[in-house]
Amino acid sequence: MTALADQSAKPNAPVATLPPGTDVAVRCRGLTKTYGTGNSAVHALRGIDLDVAAGEMLMLVGPSGCGKTTLISVVAGVLDRDQGECIVFGQDYSKMTGAERTRYRGRTVGFVFQAFNLIPTLTIAENVAVPLLLQGVRRSEAIERAKTMLTKVGLGDRTNNLPSKLSGGQQQRVAISRALIHEPKLIVCDEPTSALDHQTGHKVMELLREVALSAGRSLIVVTHDARIFEFADRIAHMDDGEIDKIVTGDELQ
Amino acid sequence: MFYVAARMLMGDRAKYFGILMGVTLASLVITQQGSIFVGLMSRTFGFITDVTDANIWVMDRKVQFIDDIKPLQDTELSRVRGVEGVQWAVPLYKGLLKARLDNGQFQTCNVIGLDDATLVGGPAIMVEGKVEDLRRADGVIVDDVGAATRLARPPTTPGGQPEPLKIGDILELNDNRAVVVGICKTTRTFQSQPVVYTTYSRAKKFAPRERKQLSFVLATADPGVPAKEVCERITMQTGLAAYTSNEFKWITVMYFIKYTGIPINFGIAVGLGFLIGSVITGFMFYNFTLDNLRFLGTLKAMGASDGKILSMIMFQAAIVALIGYGFGTGLATLFGASMKDTNLAFRLTWQLMLVSGAAVTVITMLAALLSVHKVLKLEPAIVFKG
Repeated sequence: MTALADQSAKPNAPVATLPPGTDVAVRCRGLTKTYGTGNSAVHALRGIDLDVAAGEMLMLVGPSGCGKTTLISVVAGVLDRDQGECIVFGQDYSKMTGAERTRYRGRTVGFVFQAFNLIPTLTIAENVAVPLLLQGVRRSEAIERAKTMLTKVGLGDRTNNLPSKLSGGQQQRVAISRALIHEPKLIVCDEPTSALDHQTGHKVMELLREVALSAGRSLIVVTHDARIFEFADRIAHMDDGEIDKIVTGDELQ
Repeated sequence: MFYVAARMLMGDRAKYFGILMGVTLASLVITQQGSIFVGLMSRTFGFITDVTDANIWVMDRKVQFIDDIKPLQDTELSRVRGVEGVQWAVPLYKGLLKARLDNGQFQTCNVIGLDDATLVGGPAIMVEGKVEDLRRADGVIVDDVGAATRLARPPTTPGGQPEPLKIGDILELNDNRAVVVGICKTTRTFQSQPVVYTTYSRAKKFAPRERKQLSFVLATADPGVPAKEVCERITMQTGLAAYTSNEFKWITVMYFIKYTGIPINFGIAVGLGFLIGSVITGFMFYNFTLDNLRFLGTLKAMGASDGKILSMIMFQAAIVALIGYGFGTGLATLFGASMKDTNLAFRLTWQLMLVSGAAVTVITMLAALLSVHKVLKLEPAIVFKG
């Protein structure tokens, strides 16, 4: 932990790492990612150092194209970094094969997407059950557990509806249920409120804090929505592939 | 996850029915056209398989198929009988003779002359009368289809229906009187001419005078001696061609396949069915996959391996293949059943069902592979791209 706290990517880089003794869920050091080659190369990540504590909600903010989505893609294990290391709950992605990473991701990471990404031909209970089905849980059991989860988020009476029958806020609640059903340790949310009105977005963030966040689970939220900053424990501001500012919850208040 | 795959497929009804339509169309065209082809080919050898009481056919070496008559001298019959292993051998006349109808028209008939003593090679199914009635003076047996159509008597009243030939009616065969003594069922011939059975001696009397009039010698092997072996002995000792019924059947089929345009015509139809089915199915399936790319990417992000996604797509392909194949062959069977009493040659065999099934499998697998390529290249990070 001391080592974590002492490390910094560049001499003037902001402190995106955590103090010693903190239970670190995600540790990134010197992460780089470049799309394309030659003159058309785009440096999406330029040596990112970042720690996320267990039980923390970290928000990634910054202008479009600054590398937020690339960073959560690497942290979630859906995108390869070029250099650096990314350790999620003690497991280094770079030391895993593709299949191992897929399995690890399936168990450890939950996803909440901007466009919900609910399969339109499945009922919401079936949608929520998908992560369990992927892990080989029997369908009847998976559906039962999905219904229980949907009840927790206030959609217990809509379990047999198709997503198209639900409002945007309700669909995002379904997506959150799907992200939580298999009890992952890390949840990454990509613009979870951008498709929602202010009030609904607020409710979704409350739900994320109340239901999703726990002592052993971390949330990384990419957002442009300043109205939800109040829910964050820390906010990392990115620009041009680097974290240029870290704001803590205390500083926010 | 197969359940999820099935729900994803069937939930998108427009594309699901589009894919099904492609597979069904391909299966229908391949099965239906194939059945007509097999039906037509069956008619080429129908006369051979109708002869059940002899299993060896002896003929001139130059004969290429059943209707390619190159007559032998009557003495060849005795030579065949003299070959060791031949249990018995009888003559058979087969030729095209003109029958004059009551309305003055002429109709070419396939006249079969059976051995006077044994009547071997006669029709297996009699609708009216008995084969033995051929022994009556000027007796002939006519096939039921010929009797009801081409040999039917003109209507007795204006605008009425032609009257089928019946027992006791008189025919004029090559200026010879013939009396109908029976009506039989035969396998339709390729040229669909009426079939007229009579005795060998009477057939020779009906036919124009020629030096040689023996069309075939029908024989059977001694018990325990393989027919194939006896055929070889006959060929060696007499210089004539001798085949088992099955061999002669395939020689006839291969002649039609080789020297007529029938296989090409049907091949084009079947090929078009395959091509159109493949294009429709491939296009719709590919579109279906493209539409679902975001969700497949989501599944990948959530931990679905490439193998799992691949198996889901293959399962979807298998669903449409099975249902489309069922619909296609079902419709083809219905078509065949509805045409049962017509002139259409339609014969749906299990081999053809297998071919159609294999074609449908290839079509759907091709369609799936087209999509699989796209999915395997799919980065799960696509899920964060809006």
